[in-house]
Amino acid sequence: MNFNSFRYCMRQSIISLHRNLWLAVVTAGIIAISLSILGGFLLLAVNADQMIRNIGTNVEIGVFLEDGVQVEAIQQKLDNHAGIHSYTFVSKEQGLVDFGHSLGDRVLLIGMEGENNPLPDLFRVRTLDAENVPAVAAEIASYPGVEMTDYGEELVGRLLKITGWVNTLFLAVSILLALGAILLIITTIRLSVLARQDEVSIMKYLGASNWFIRFPFLLEGMTMGWTGTLAAAAALAVVYYRLATSLQQEALTFFIQPVTDTAQLLPIFIGLLLLGTLMGGFGSFISVRKFLRV
Amino acid sequence: MIELNNVTKQYPGCTVPALDNVSLGIERGEFVFLVGPSGAGKSTLIKLIFREQLPSGGKMLFDGRNIAALKQNQLLEHRRQIGMVFQDFRLLKQKTVFENVAFALEVLGRSPKEIIEKVPTALDKVGLSGKAQSFPDKLSGGEQQRVGIARAIVKDPLVIMADEPTGNLDRDNSRQLMDLFETINQNGTTVIIATHEWEIVDRMQKRVVALECGRMIRDEQQGGYSHEL
Repeated sequence: MNFNSFRYCMRQSIISLHRNLWLAVVTAGIIAISLSILGGFLLLAVNADQMIRNIGTNVEIGVFLEDGVQVEAIQQKLDNHAGIHSYTFVSKEQGLVDFGHSLGDRVLLIGMEGENNPLPDLFRVRTLDAENVPAVAAEIASYPGVEMTDYGEELVGRLLKITGWVNTLFLAVSILLALGAILLIITTIRLSVLARQDEVSIMKYLGASNWFIRFPFLLEGMTMGWTGTLAAAAALAVVYYRLATSLQQEALTFFIQPVTDTAQLLPIFIGLLLLGTLMGGFGSFISVRKFLRV
Repeated sequence: MIELNNVTKQYPGCTVPALDNVSLGIERGEFVFLVGPSGAGKSTLIKLIFREQLPSGGKMLFDGRNIAALKQNQLLEHRRQIGMVFQDFRLLKQKTVFENVAFALEVLGRSPKEIIEKVPTALDKVGLSGKAQSFPDKLSGGEQQRVGIARAIVKDPLVIMADEPTGNLDRDNSRQLMDLFETINQNGTTVIIATHEWEIVDRMQKRVVALECGRMIRDEQQGGYSHEL
């Protein structure tokens, strides 16, 4: 396709969009709504993921040591472990004090100080990733001098299960919404092709290439796709910014803080724009295909 | 230039072939009438030469190339060498006469400069210089068909093929149109016209290829329509 053809195709798609302006606006609007929901789900997914990660990093592994063991040796191993976020050491004496505080009545612990202290020395370990808690706990349990490890196995298991369900749900809803939007574009472009059916059939008789015929419709579909998505992205950005700001100001518990990192959010918006444009192009391609068989 | 060897076309679901073992050769610069009653196979023959349809059997050559075996880019090149004229004119109502003719060059990616040069010349050849800015609805049937012819000749094709070009016109307009085709032919363009209007064929005294029920029953230089058909 040379420059003259490209210019002609551009002009045709602009004329066609102008002629069917209301239909194009409605289609772009419905794409905007579909992709807003899709984008909303994606933002929710990112935030849910961060929330689960936050909860996960709060899950502690209790590492109980045998009596008289070399604490430094174990400490060194924990320092060198790549999957560990942080740890604190709680000596048996400190443990007794903490236990007393939790009981609220130190009198009950009289006689348990010193050699009679039944509590072991322990480390409280936090992993980098909630998914690794079971594996890290098992590994630490095998260190010499470690009597046992303990963590909220049930909580971690439940969190992982919820994450899996949430991801599957988001994926299914997103695919359904994307399919709906593509079907809509196919219908709109088909109306546009039908309106220009005579022109398309004459083009074939005049020796126009399939790409020459297809290109204005592709441009038309892609324009509807990306304008719809642009509107969706703008609306999402405004709503998300307001929500995020108010959540941060409310200073709720640490783990439901919204994601505000641009590096995480920008790919979602760019991805939506690309997806909307590609969906527009794909829908047009399908619509025009049938009319090219002359 | 065009060579058909034992060409057969059988449409799916039909018991009788639309074309049955037709062999024919057309030289560059010839003027040929395809005659016969409705259903004789005239339009099918035109569709096969244009490669709108594929033959069920036999071989068809255009400028030495097997038409049925053309690849996509060769097919475009093939179709660009043929100017088609239709009974129902097939003009775009929302475009002016000038734009309709220019359309033939635009779809081939020709430059605006070339379009501005060639379109008025084509309109001049068909006698419509003064109607360039009119819309098809404002023209008579004869004038609309002239626009169709201008659109066909503006890309300088080797062949003009017309399927019942006078089907919607009165006698005077038909006669004028045939004179126009003859002028185009005298300038070196091969002209193939499918028609069942015997008056035109008898008057023109050109080569006549007569078809009946898909079979070629006569191929005569300077022939007439023959009333028996």
